[in-house]
Amino acid sequence: MPIITEVWRNTYYDSVTLMLGSSMMEALPGIDEAMVLMGTDRNDTVIRASGLLADGCGEFGSNDIVIGMRADSEQAAREAIAELERFLTSKKGSGNRKAAAHTLDGALREDPGIDLAMISVPGRYARAEAEKALDAGLHVMLFSDNVALEDEIALKDRALEKGLLMMGPDCGTAIVNGCALGFANVVRRGNIGLVGAAGTGLQEITVLIDRLGGGVSQALGTGGRDLKEDVGGRMMDLCLEALRDDLATEVIAILSKPPHPSVVEKMKRIISTIEKPVVACFLGSDADALAGTHAVFAKDCEECARIAVRLSGVGLPEKDEAWIAGTAAREAALLAPGQRWLRGLYSGGTLCYEAMLAFRDAGIPAYSNIAIDADLLLDDPDVSREHTLVDMGEDFFTNGMPHPMIDLRMRVERIARDCAQPDVAILLLDCVGGYGTNDDPAGALAPAIVAAKDAAAAEGRHLCIIASVTASEADPQVRSAQEETLRSAGAIVCDCNAQAVRLAFAILDRLDTAEPVAENRVNALFAARLAIANVGVDPFAEAFRAQETPCVQVEWKPPAGGNKKMADLLSKLKDL
Amino acid sequence: MGLIDDANREAYERLDASNPALTDVVFAKDVLPDIDKYTVSHAGPPITWERMSGPMRSAVMGALVYEGLAETREEAAEVAASGKIKFRPNHDCGCVGPMAGVTTYSMPLCEVTNLTYGNKVYIAFNESDIRALCFGSADPVVIPRLHWFEEVLGPAVKDALAEMGPINLKAIVTKALTQGEELHNRIAAGSVLFFREIAPTLVRTVGDRAQLQEIIDFLAPSDYFFLNLGMAYGKASADAIKNIPYCTVVTAMSRNGTDFGIKVSALGDRWFTSPCPKVKGIYFPGYSEADANPDLGDSAITETVGLGGCSMAANPAMVHLFGAESTDVAQDITREMLEITVGASKDKVIPNMNNQGIPLGIDIRKVVETEICPLINTGIAHKDPSHGQIGAGVSRAPLSCFQQALEAFAESLG
Repeated sequence: MPIITEVWRNTYYDSVTLMLGSSMMEALPGIDEAMVLMGTDRNDTVIRASGLLADGCGEFGSNDIVIGMRADSEQAAREAIAELERFLTSKKGSGNRKAAAHTLDGALREDPGIDLAMISVPGRYARAEAEKALDAGLHVMLFSDNVALEDEIALKDRALEKGLLMMGPDCGTAIVNGCALGFANVVRRGNIGLVGAAGTGLQEITVLIDRLGGGVSQALGTGGRDLKEDVGGRMMDLCLEALRDDLATEVIAILSKPPHPSVVEKMKRIISTIEKPVVACFLGSDADALAGTHAVFAKDCEECARIAVRLSGVGLPEKDEAWIAGTAAREAALLAPGQRWLRGLYSGGTLCYEAMLAFRDAGIPAYSNIAIDADLLLDDPDVSREHTLVDMGEDFFTNGMPHPMIDLRMRVERIARDCAQPDVAILLLDCVGGYGTNDDPAGALAPAIVAAKDAAAAEGRHLCIIASVTASEADPQVRSAQEETLRSAGAIVCDCNAQAVRLAFAILDRLDTAEPVAENRVNALFAARLAIANVGVDPFAEAFRAQETPCVQVEWKPPAGGNKKMADLLSKLKDL
Repeated sequence: MGLIDDANREAYERLDASNPALTDVVFAKDVLPDIDKYTVSHAGPPITWERMSGPMRSAVMGALVYEGLAETREEAAEVAASGKIKFRPNHDCGCVGPMAGVTTYSMPLCEVTNLTYGNKVYIAFNESDIRALCFGSADPVVIPRLHWFEEVLGPAVKDALAEMGPINLKAIVTKALTQGEELHNRIAAGSVLFFREIAPTLVRTVGDRAQLQEIIDFLAPSDYFFLNLGMAYGKASADAIKNIPYCTVVTAMSRNGTDFGIKVSALGDRWFTSPCPKVKGIYFPGYSEADANPDLGDSAITETVGLGGCSMAANPAMVHLFGAESTDVAQDITREMLEITVGASKDKVIPNMNNQGIPLGIDIRKVVETEICPLINTGIAHKDPSHGQIGAGVSRAPLSCFQQALEAFAESLG
């Protein structure tokens, strides 16, 4: 095998680069062994002992590169030298790195301006991470669920001591300073401030506000349990005060399931200190819940948005009851005898709840996995019966699985299963967009809609598939595009979930058948540049970046890699 | 802040306030405790001849020949195995050494004094050649060079220091960091900066013109001479934080080629050991990973005080050694090391990372919690005796050492 040696005069590369170069050459076909070294005195021994120095290769000095090879052929050696030249002169790697840390401390080192931590780690680790953030003076949005009630109370008390937001646990949605956090939509900024204990409900209302021409100043989430007796509206109080004192907020909208009576009393006291118009939507509560205050009651998300927009001074279009009546008559006429049941398959919990309340108010029994009435609770959430409304974002479905707003496969499968039943007439679907959710939920639903309708048609049946899109035009999914996709697939697209439920009823009809705190830093947050430490799920960080909100991704791992013995030792040594 | 946090803060402050300087050249026999001709100290945690790796054994053989205890390497192996030799870790007797780190009776040692705290440490001269005792090389140049250290270089440096006073090592470390070096893998600027300090005085103090030429010829081209002085800088700083009650900061990380060991401040001189990791790196022509000995040397004392792998961002080109495509990885590594340290140095900074201070004070709690283990830059020795250096790369300190230390720490508190 020939030995080929070449000397490059007066050329310098550092030894690491040259060693990599020789490894690269050895990997080439036809090269048995390769050496690329500076001809320094220090390297001289190695070079001479290598056996890769051809006779008559000439002298070399410390500023020369010596290349030696044992190769199959002269040709292979020439090609390898050309390859080495390309290797040495090409720029490797890219300058793109996303700011990443391994701990919250690291994120703060990276960007000391961070003022909010978005936390989406598994529930059992959530308290520790949220405590770290609060102790560092950060507002917290705690997306994680499965957090113990006593942990929630402890976290909120700690936050209140410092006047910090502690949104959640299980807070899916917020809009802070125009930045959509979690599952949230890109909506026009404006003068309506919202605080909600219900994630998709907040999405639904903010999207409707946007669509009706209104805008959102801030939309804060409290987490679903905040208005229960134990938590006592701790965060609701702080949020209401902040919106009260926020100059950009001229109308306040409140959304939740019915609060505990003791919490209602506290809320009334705070509302009495607010001079701005207030609209409250307590899904499922009596209209007089806030009697004695100036708050206006709204029965559902749609009404809440309409009232808020009206109060905010923006004109609003009228509801189109004529369209509902016409569509219902046409659809009902297509249904076969025996097709009588409705199936609502939801990804958004509040939307499902809103539909369920509408059924209750209409006196139509509907089974559900989140039924208020125990008689109507589904024995098996996986099996529908008669009218059924399923919240597929509920723990039963999400245990170990991605949320149906991110991954629609479970819902697609359920659509096929429910629609195959010959007595099903109507399918109700939500389609939730915004940051954090699936890139194209309508695109995922459309084939399922087409397939369900085709399968029914093959058996001589029509299916009414009614959908509504919770997304704005500015959302990455683009509302009009989502609506068009659903419409093309054969769905009837309503403006919002409440309208979709009203249309469904019209079709069925035709079948006969907290105390104030000393300090409040929330308003300072509204005035600040929002910067986020994202502790957990990576797509949220992508979403923040897409919105040009500074964000440091924390590559979070469980403490001690999940080694329980070590984690216990660490927590013991922490409090010393 | 709790007791542990306070103690760790104290350790961090002391590390940053340390001011090691080269103060003298002395003989091992005059300064190391309990030493005789039959005492051999070595890199890493304690180890017996039977368990020693190839390069460590080879270095011991070379040292015994150098000390005149054997005529040949074969004879030296018999002496080493005979039980007559007392083996002990460098770290347990006030010194450190690169790779095998073998330190014996007759060797001249650099005395480095931490001028802030008064403690002294010792290290032999760097051999500045891949044919080195520390790599276990059996090349005929090795032992004559050790004698030359003893007879020529040692006395010359001693005289120069007597004339010029101590050489400030902290200043050289700080400057080298600004010149693209992390002082474990790349020490060329540090070596030149040192040479610039001492050369004029040597010219004045070395009377024999031929000897002066030899000294200059040895020091001037060396890219590595300052490695050992940087290590002594590390040891002198780290020794200043030993035995602080409640302190969970690491005071030593070291490898003997078989076991990796660490010491922790509050736990004094106890070693926590685990098998040495492999080194990920690249090799000189003709060698491959199959030839490599596991990680070796006391040189991880540089990482213990925030240099080396901890300061990878100062030497970005080094990341290509372990296959990283982008030099951005260098900053990622330093950022990672900041996650496991108490703080960042106030005056030893990395300019190309916007003057980020080097990570100081490895906290075993943070290592166990994040499972981010210190990254160590290192040379690679051949696993068989006598070959010398065959490459360079990086390794990770084994998590198990830190977990054991954490358990022992918890037990020590009852």
